[in-house]
This record gives sequence, structure tokens and C-alpha cells, in this order.
Amino acid sequence: MSDERIEGYARALFEVARVEGTLDEVEDELFRFARSFESNRSLRSTLMDDEIPVERRLAVISDLLEGKATPTTVQLISMVVGSGRGKDLPKIVDRLVARAAGSKQLEVAEVRTAVALTPDQTTRLAAALTNATGKQLNLKVVVDPSVLGGVIATVGDDVIDGSVRTRLEQLKSRL
Amino acid sequence: MRIVTALLAAEDPSQSISPILPETKEIIWGGLAFLIILGLLIKFAGPPIKKGLADRTARIQGELDRSSQARAQAEAEAAEIRSALGDVEAERERLLAEAGAEAEALLVEGRARLEEEVIDLRTKYAMELQSAGGRLNEEVMAEVGVVSVAAIETAVRASLDDATQQRLIEEFITKVGASR
Repeated sequence: MSDERIEGYARALFEVARVEGTLDEVEDELFRFARSFESNRSLRSTLMDDEIPVERRLAVISDLLEGKATPTTVQLISMVVGSGRGKDLPKIVDRLVARAAGSKQLEVAEVRTAVALTPDQTTRLAAALTNATGKQLNLKVVVDPSVLGGVIATVGDDVIDGSVRTRLEQLKSRL
Repeated sequence: MRIVTALLAAEDPSQSISPILPETKEIIWGGLAFLIILGLLIKFAGPPIKKGLADRTARIQGELDRSSQARAQAEAEAAEIRSALGDVEAERERLLAEAGAEAEALLVEGRARLEEEVIDLRTKYAMELQSAGGRLNEEVMAEVGVVSVAAIETAVRASLDDATQQRLIEEFITKVGASR
């Protein structure tokens, strides 16, 4: 899909969430879903498979998110997948998140951890990253077991990697 | 004549007849006839006989000369052949010597080339052996690395309990917060 079209979808999703008054929540849910979509091959192939009827794919989305996400989030994801743009969902969501952060004069900081952060840890980590980068940040936490332990924080092009996975990779390279 | 005399004597036994000497008349007439015939022979048959003898002498001399020439020529040819044989022998010796030298040179060259090839092969195989040893060593080290990493990863995963996870997160927050 072209950048223009991705931008168009992101803008549409952003406007819908903003009008619904659930922008923060929807943005966060969409971000989590997009990361799951990226990391889960089975989910990705199901939602991108044109051989599977749209109704079936929408039913999968509904089954996955029912009761775990706001109706707006489910409808927006269904809209994207139903229009055959499932492949571009992560890009559309990233643009949406960037747009939402931009509207609040914030920059997106993606944080990956092996276990969920407590609210206190999230607040302190946001403060620490703000202090380190000098930017106001919209923190997006993704629980990613492949990190094994520690934290990987990405702010724009800067990556602060304190993960066990990376240390193991470094050890593997040295060996 | 004697027979006639003998017959006359037989008819007239009174006459004495010498069995050896002819009668005088007969000697005279016989001598004259002989001289006449001799003169005729000398006059008419002498020159052709002389000429024939001279021709025969010349022919014999010519044949002798030709024989002599032929002999001289044969001797010259024999000498030439002997000389040629000598040349052939010398040529044969030269060719043999040349062939021997070439064979020796080829042998030396071949031996040198063979030695070079042997050295090359030895070097090549030594390098390959070393390389194979290095590869084997690298493969073993890589395998050891993989096994070690797997063991370490297993140990690390096992040690990543909740407390460790929280400690790692807290360390990260502290470190990032202090990094400005």
C-alpha cells in the first residue's frame, strides 16, 4: 500500500477514535494488537489470507478482542482487515500512534519487556526516558517474551537495549 | 711327295731313295714357290695384318686405359664412399651425442619439474590440512559455542524468576534515568 493510503487510513482511524472520545485507549489497544499481529505468524497469515472469507476473518478478530478491547478498537481493526488491508495494519497503527502523540506534542516510545510493567514502573520508566532523551514521550509498553528479561526502549531512531536476549546474542557472537 | 717317291721307288727298286731328304729339283721349285708366296704374302697380306695388329693393340690399350680409368674412378668412388661412411659415422655419433644431451636435459628438467610439483603438492596438502584443521577447530569451537550458549540460555531462563525480572527492570530504569 502506498504511504499516502496508509496515512489516509491512519488519519481516518485517528479521527474516529478522537470523535468517540477514546483516543488514548483505542490507540493503546491498536498498538498492542499491531504488535501481536507482527509477532504471531498464525494470526498474521489468517487475517491476510484472501482465501478465507472476510466474515470468517472478522469473526476471528471479534473472538480475539471481545471483552478485551473497546468496541471502537474492534470495529477499526475489522474495518482495516475487511477492506483487505490487513497486511498494512501495523504501519497504519504506527502512523495513528505517531499522529496521536504528535497531537499531544509527544513522541512515541516503544518499550518491550518480558513481563508486564506495574503502573509505578511505567511512570518511572517514562520519566527516566524523558530525562534521558529530553523529549515528552507517549510510552507504549509491549510484553514480548522473546526479550527474556530487562527492557528494550525505542524512541524514534534511538534504541536503549537492556535486554537479556541481546546480552545472550552478544555472548553468542563472542563465542 | 714322299708317298709319291715311295711309290716310284717301289716300282723301280734300282733307284735309291732317301726317306728323309727330297729331291734337289723339288727343293729348288719348292723354295722358289715358297719365296714367291712369301713375297706375295708380305706385299699383300702384310699391311692388313699390321693394321689389324695395330688396331688390336690400340683396342687393347684403349681397354686397358678404360680399365685403368674405371679402376681410378672406382677407387675414387670407394674413397668417397669411405669418406661418406666416415661422415655418416660422425653424423651418427653427433646425433647420438645430441640425442643423449637432449635426453639428459629433458631428464633434468623433468626431475626439476617433478620436484617442484612434489613441493607444490606438499605445500598445498599441508595448507589444506592446516585449513581443514583450522576449519575443524572452528567448527568445534562453533559447536562448543552453540552448546555453551544453549546451556547458558537455559540456565539464564531458569534463573529469570519474577524477582530477577523486576530487578532487571529496576536496574534499567535507574540506569536510563541517570544517563542524561
